[in-house]
Amino acid sequence: MAAAIVVLVGLAGWEALVRTGAVDALLLPAPTHIAEALWTDRAILAEDLAVTGGEVVLGLLAAVALGAALGVGMHLSAPVRRALRPLVIGSQAVPVPVIAPLFILVLGFGLAPKVLMVALVCFFPVTINLYDGLRDVDPDARKLLRSLDASAWRLLRLLEAPSALPATFTGIKIAAAVAVIGAVFAEWAGSDRGLGHTLLIANGQLETARAFAATFLLFALAVALYGLFSLLERRVVDWTPRTASSGGP
Amino acid sequence: MELELAAVRKAYGDVVALDGVSLRAEANETVAVVGPSGCGKSTLLELVCGLTAPDAGEVRASRAALMPQRDGLLPWLSALDNAGLALRAAGRSRAEARAAAHEHFAAFGLDGFERARPSELSGGMRQRVAFLRTLLAGRPVLCLDEPFGALDALTRGRMQRWLADALAAEPRTVLLVTHDVEEAILLADRIVLLSPRPGRVVETLEVGLARPRARTDLAVVELRERALAALGEPAVPLRERA
Repeated sequence: MAAAIVVLVGLAGWEALVRTGAVDALLLPAPTHIAEALWTDRAILAEDLAVTGGEVVLGLLAAVALGAALGVGMHLSAPVRRALRPLVIGSQAVPVPVIAPLFILVLGFGLAPKVLMVALVCFFPVTINLYDGLRDVDPDARKLLRSLDASAWRLLRLLEAPSALPATFTGIKIAAAVAVIGAVFAEWAGSDRGLGHTLLIANGQLETARAFAATFLLFALAVALYGLFSLLERRVVDWTPRTASSGGP
Repeated sequence: MELELAAVRKAYGDVVALDGVSLRAEANETVAVVGPSGCGKSTLLELVCGLTAPDAGEVRASRAALMPQRDGLLPWLSALDNAGLALRAAGRSRAEARAAAHEHFAAFGLDGFERARPSELSGGMRQRVAFLRTLLAGRPVLCLDEPFGALDALTRGRMQRWLADALAAEPRTVLLVTHDVEEAILLADRIVLLSPRPGRVVETLEVGLARPRARTDLAVVELRERALAALGEPAVPLRERA
């Protein structure tokens, strides 16, 4: 409700700013112009949304798989942790626009470099949150499982993994919010379709209303993915204090 | 002899938790360890359960199952799965663990709460689930760390009677850590009184009273006064303490 009011007030102010001529409509189209572009270009934008959406979803899935493998591997094995931690952290320091053309060069114009780019942007929060979650287990529960002679695998399966789920979902939600950035940069580096591609072309042709329409769809995509994973989290992690506080006598 | 500690010392850095502690328990005896907070009681249980090694002295114990403070139930598991956790940890399948745990649910007053999460259980029920989990570990020695410390007085009294009955039905060697002298007298065959940190044995009391015991029995009251005096409690007239 509060968010809706903020958005409405913001849009109204924005509209007024452009309509009164305070800002050049070529630089900043009014919200109504963007809505109009969304409607008139709906066929091409829907196709772009499907392309970019596919890249983002596949990239996120790859990031979750990679993040899970790295997080668990680093947790279980000290040599793996020592070998990979600097690489995992360093990977986030590489500027995306620098690495994206390399991916295109090696992997071609198709889907693969985009998925990889999204995965590169997204795997870090998943990895780190999972890794920290696996370590931040209630020490009493860890003691209990140790007293029961649980193997490292059963400790992971029965205690650490379930206990790390909430933190992992936080990592996945962060990843979902930034995933579109990876897809856009990858499309800018080499693509003939997708919202990022359309954004680039529209900018070049001073079709700012269409560029903003594409941006709006990227925004909506990120919000929708975040919401989707929040929903999934509520279904999977159903034991958090939220339910505990309403619990028994 | 199921359990024997001989002149055990354990320190964490400069902090000496236990210093020269000796105690023993025969098979199916209940031994209570009583002392103020921070006297190394939990450390004692960790030593017996093999979770940590003594700096000096000797710990000889049959395999022991730990019931940690605050029940240690896993919030994402149902009551049934929590009760069967020891079996899962030992590599048995979920179905086997559930079947084994469910056999005891009626006797433990947990019937109908198989699928309930810990947050949906009352404090007394949580303790019973935790005790069943400890029992199902199938070990001759049970280490109970302040099992009823978090319960209200009424539930605590009920759970103490319940535990006495449960142990009468299924005898085990029990090491019971508590700060409640009365609880120790009601449940134990022998009481080991520990001093404040570093934990040293102040006195060992043989209880030797017939069961069931009531907190109002004269012998129980007398023993409580003796234990409190040994622990250095100021001598307060009975009616004022109640």
